[in-house]
Amino acid sequence: MKLPIYLDYAATTPVDPRVAEKMMQYLTMDGDFGNPASRSHRFGWQAEEAIEVARSQIAELVNADPREIVYTSGATESNNLAIKGAAQFYHKKGKHLITCKTEHKAVLDTMRALEREGFEVTYLDVESNGLVDLAKLEAAMRPDTTVVSIMMVNNETGVVQDVAAIGELCRAKGIIFHVDAAQAAGKVAIDLQTLKVDLMSFSAHKIYGPKGIGALYVRRKPRIRLEAQTHGGGHERGMRSGTLPTHQIVGMGEAFRIAKVEMAAENERFAKLRQRLWDGIQDIEQVFLNGDATHRVPGITNISFNYVEGESLIMALKDIAVSSGSACTSASLEPSYVLRALGLTDELAHSSIRFSIGRFTTEEQIDHTIKIVHEAIDKLRAMSPLWDMFKDGIDLNTVAWVAH
Amino acid sequence: MAYSEKVIDHYENPRNVGAFAKDDPTVATGMVGAPACGDVMKLQIKVNEQGIIEDAKFKTYGCGSAIASSSLVTEWVKGKSLDEAAQIKNTDIAQELALPPVKIHCSILAEDAIKAAIADYKSRHGS
Repeated sequence: MKLPIYLDYAATTPVDPRVAEKMMQYLTMDGDFGNPASRSHRFGWQAEEAIEVARSQIAELVNADPREIVYTSGATESNNLAIKGAAQFYHKKGKHLITCKTEHKAVLDTMRALEREGFEVTYLDVESNGLVDLAKLEAAMRPDTTVVSIMMVNNETGVVQDVAAIGELCRAKGIIFHVDAAQAAGKVAIDLQTLKVDLMSFSAHKIYGPKGIGALYVRRKPRIRLEAQTHGGGHERGMRSGTLPTHQIVGMGEAFRIAKVEMAAENERFAKLRQRLWDGIQDIEQVFLNGDATHRVPGITNISFNYVEGESLIMALKDIAVSSGSACTSASLEPSYVLRALGLTDELAHSSIRFSIGRFTTEEQIDHTIKIVHEAIDKLRAMSPLWDMFKDGIDLNTVAWVAH
Repeated sequence: MAYSEKVIDHYENPRNVGAFAKDDPTVATGMVGAPACGDVMKLQIKVNEQGIIEDAKFKTYGCGSAIASSSLVTEWVKGKSLDEAAQIKNTDIAQELALPPVKIHCSILAEDAIKAAIADYKSRHGS
């Protein structure tokens, strides 16, 4: 077996060979390399046709109108454009925004930036299973609330929020609802004809497309308007200027097309692999599954291993590529804010590992992972003074620790 | 994060992991750190009648650098007098292991663990 085993599909995925094949046809002199905005020759027309085919493929996965899809550089930009764009456009109606504490940094940091512009933001707590309590969300809504932003699938825990119910609440109150669906597209069914979602962010590289390309869904009926954040040639109906990267877009389109065809079978396979992984690990003492057990995508499993420290665990798991918290924050020594928001202690948050499986994960890889995890936990617990104390029946909360 | 070869060596082959009997009068224990901070070090030293550290053992909950720092100090304190051991500086540990700036606190914790063990010995033996 080739090592290390990649189990970090929630961070990014390899480009599907079928996608790469498509992309290569849009780069060189022999391919359709033209600028889709060139209206005066066939190089431009062919490129334009390619990006419009891709726009339809993206729209089809989520049952939207292709005219509702705006290309961006990725979900981070989509989140910025959606939240800042809507908050700024509708600022005369009000300056209050709502999100929740377990959102991705691309949403939280955008909210922080808006606070500096004079907006007021409510950061909702989540329940211990990671879900937003609808009653608390409703209670936070005010007459001057203009935008609610709640992610569909959490990147660290895989917990799926009740976007349908949140959408109904928002629509009833005339509040714009933005959903970060970077981890959701191609993993859970999304029907924008039924969901009362006004803005939705997508990324290509989470579902076997290339990095550096994403999209924002902007509802037409009722029409949602945005203040542009990138100014220039007026591309994408003036919402996002910049020459469209044809090869990236074609790759995203192909990735979304494949996802629509293969999602159901893939989810079934992932569910079996996840169960196999959890069955192999749950017999270890003091392990905990983080996030709701049922409202969860099959691809992401987040587990805390009590009395071992996360970073040394990652080191011991060097033959499997997993992450502790999200990749965007793993450079810091802070425990995951997402797991803290679920009510985990710093210790448990420190010792959590996210296993995310994907298209190329095999049963053999899962079995080897289980073996490596057992060895790592045995080794680190043999070295852990906290494990000894736990085994001696000492309550660690009663110890007077010397914090540093 | 890229670790130095020495950190990886100590992490993969930690020296002197374990514990001495708590009721042994020649043994002193220093435990420093806090679980909430992500590292706890327990360092035990066995001191002979001449005041020389004969043996040392550790158990550490923490990152690779914390484990390597505690493993290293168990090697360094052996054969030293209490006063000599007290002279070990975190900067020496950080330098030996080529710790990156974000991991300097691990070396500080290891120095604190030595000092705590020595203080424990002195408080038990009234000197």
